[in-house]
Amino acid sequence: MKRSLKKTLIVAASGLAAVAMTGGAVAFCGFYVAKADTRLFNKASKVAIMRDGERTVLTMSNDYQGDLKEFAMVVPVPVVLEEGQIHVTDNAVIDHLDAYTAPRLVEYFDEDPCLVYERMEMAAPMSSSDDIIVTAAKRNKGLGVTIEAEYTVGEYDIVILSAKESGGLATWLRENGYKLPEGADQTLGSYIRQGTKFFVAKVNLKEQSKTGLKYLRPLQIAFESPKFMLPIRLGTLNADGKQELFVFALTRTGRIETTNYRTVKLPTGSNIPVYVKNEFGDFYKAMFAEQVEREAERAVFLEYAWDMNWCDPCAADPLSNEELRELGVYWTDSADDGQPITRRRPAPSGGAQDVFVTRLHVSYDAAHFPEDLMFKETGDRENYQGRYVLRHPYRGDAKCEAATDYRASLPKRFEAEAQTLASLTGWEVDDIRRKMKNGGQTFTPPPKEKWWERLWGTGDKKVGE
Amino acid sequence: MRETALPKACASLARLAALFGGKPDPRVFQIAALASLLCFGLAARAFQIAPVEIGVIFTTALAAQWAMSTIFAIRFEAKSALITALSLTLLLRANTPLPLAAAAFIAISSKFLLRSQGKHIFNPANIGIVAVTLFSGAAWTTPGQWGTAMWLAAIIAGAGFFVTYRASRLDTPLIFLGAFASLIIARALWLGDPLSIPMLRLQNGALILFAFFMISDPKTTPDGFWPRAGFAAGTAVLSYIFIYHFYRADGVFYALALACLVRPAIDFFDRAPCYEWERQSGGKRNLKLGAMPAE
Repeated sequence: MKRSLKKTLIVAASGLAAVAMTGGAVAFCGFYVAKADTRLFNKASKVAIMRDGERTVLTMSNDYQGDLKEFAMVVPVPVVLEEGQIHVTDNAVIDHLDAYTAPRLVEYFDEDPCLVYERMEMAAPMSSSDDIIVTAAKRNKGLGVTIEAEYTVGEYDIVILSAKESGGLATWLRENGYKLPEGADQTLGSYIRQGTKFFVAKVNLKEQSKTGLKYLRPLQIAFESPKFMLPIRLGTLNADGKQELFVFALTRTGRIETTNYRTVKLPTGSNIPVYVKNEFGDFYKAMFAEQVEREAERAVFLEYAWDMNWCDPCAADPLSNEELRELGVYWTDSADDGQPITRRRPAPSGGAQDVFVTRLHVSYDAAHFPEDLMFKETGDRENYQGRYVLRHPYRGDAKCEAATDYRASLPKRFEAEAQTLASLTGWEVDDIRRKMKNGGQTFTPPPKEKWWERLWGTGDKKVGE
Repeated sequence: MRETALPKACASLARLAALFGGKPDPRVFQIAALASLLCFGLAARAFQIAPVEIGVIFTTALAAQWAMSTIFAIRFEAKSALITALSLTLLLRANTPLPLAAAAFIAISSKFLLRSQGKHIFNPANIGIVAVTLFSGAAWTTPGQWGTAMWLAAIIAGAGFFVTYRASRLDTPLIFLGAFASLIIARALWLGDPLSIPMLRLQNGALILFAFFMISDPKTTPDGFWPRAGFAAGTAVLSYIFIYHFYRADGVFYALALACLVRPAIDFFDRAPCYEWERQSGGKRNLKLGAMPAE
């Protein structure tokens, strides 16, 4: 029997713009502080975490869109950081990581039913948003707290603060003209009692203009701490509704998960109607929202867990060793630095890089996520990806008996796809059916052949599509 | 495929539990409760444990129990091994069956080999978990996997209430949870944190499971009430230290192993009679000094 591979398609990124805002955008674990009455807003952030033993490198990317002068970021850190522990990297690296781990849509085209079925799949990455616009914030002199260190790194002015008294930092920030969200004193006080230092970053406008960039680049910090966590509490204070956070973990042993919240795998591998191709972004957002709802808004979702050596299908190529080192993976072999890895198919297990990537997505607010995210690295190296399947029915002219059966089976299959989509997203099944019909996925069974027609042939009756 | 296999598996577990139904042994209820939780976990919490891994745990535990019983010439007793196997299935995860088999073997053989004053030193499932998670990255626990839903915590606690009451050990989980709750609430008050943070921790299904189905094991807790209270409270303090000062999310397991290690010293001063499973029906306290029962 003949085997053939049908054309594969990459879904246009344009349809995914909406997802990019949530899926690819920025995130960091601190919060923006307004200097005036400007309402600041940080709804989505991306954080890459390299973690090996106690060694940690955080890469914090944000989608700040306000006035650069108003930008300020406060991140609780476990230790006073030296200048060499702070770095500014390029958006491209984290965007690549985002694209590599993004949930993907794959398409299959049904073969001529008179031939053997063969499928091939391809992936379309959800594009990630690069439209990060940043502004600088003016620095003020501190009072009431100890300034442990001050640095200018890249376009950022950075101050490392420690405070002995509860609310000391809040006082300092307020006296320096920052508007703190309500409840900040209490939360800052809690961190101070835990011996936490504070990393405050603002934009140095002069340095920023030298970069020639219209956005703020991700800030990185490297430190050692037994605590494997991400502070999110400050971020919930000034947030307008829920925030989206994407965590990309780069570890050696296996997948990470949260210990104080449930980590749930997103539904994957479902067959969904083909029209979703044009609205994959909406689909993904609706599905995510529906799953969040189903888990009583208290779960952290696993979107990707994979050995960095390969991918299948690939939403983007795996990161090069150079990129991985940029994100803190200090153990990668520098021998092939700069060489992009293009292995798309299964590579031998235990590859040279020994980097396992986990992508977590959480939609959080103070009510459902009162505590910071506490992580644990597990030994789990099982691959997982968010993958959604489109199956295009065969449109050609096939006349064998198998084709009749095939066509008769399609309405049932389409109905199952409609039900799956409705269940995943919470969309109305009637709307889905209507859109499917408009897209050519009809639910009307082809006219049934009468028994006597088989006796003497179909005559002038033609099998409809 | 899993959907159809699951009710069948649960039905056979129920039948298995019913086999022991004739005797009013609290372990029967414990087996039934743990088996129900396992079914729930597989069906509704997507537990990452393959049927073959479950099979390996049960087979190893029962085989080790049988082998050790033969070597030590005592009656083969499946209930204890089943409880250990169920606990491991509920709490331990691995990439391959080998670490799970190792945990089951260590758990069961520790009962026979690591003894003091006629009692085994460690809680079997606990030492199995500690041994394989401490010395290799091949196995791990998932403290967050049960989630923090109040209703689930209530169901686990409800089942645990019944089982530990039948075993006359309701005091152990209550004292442990009381002490642990006091510590983390006090911490929250000191930090100025909202109480939703300690409440989140207390609603964790894995913590409730540990309290009602692991630390409460009568064979590895002191027999007298006050020594037992000290044991439960001490485990709570150690858990707190492991979790909040050493950042070990699975600190409760290490805490219990440590507490069990010092328990023989507590037992030395404990004049209460040794625990016997068969005499503990109906929640009556065991007043008779029993011989060492078959494990």
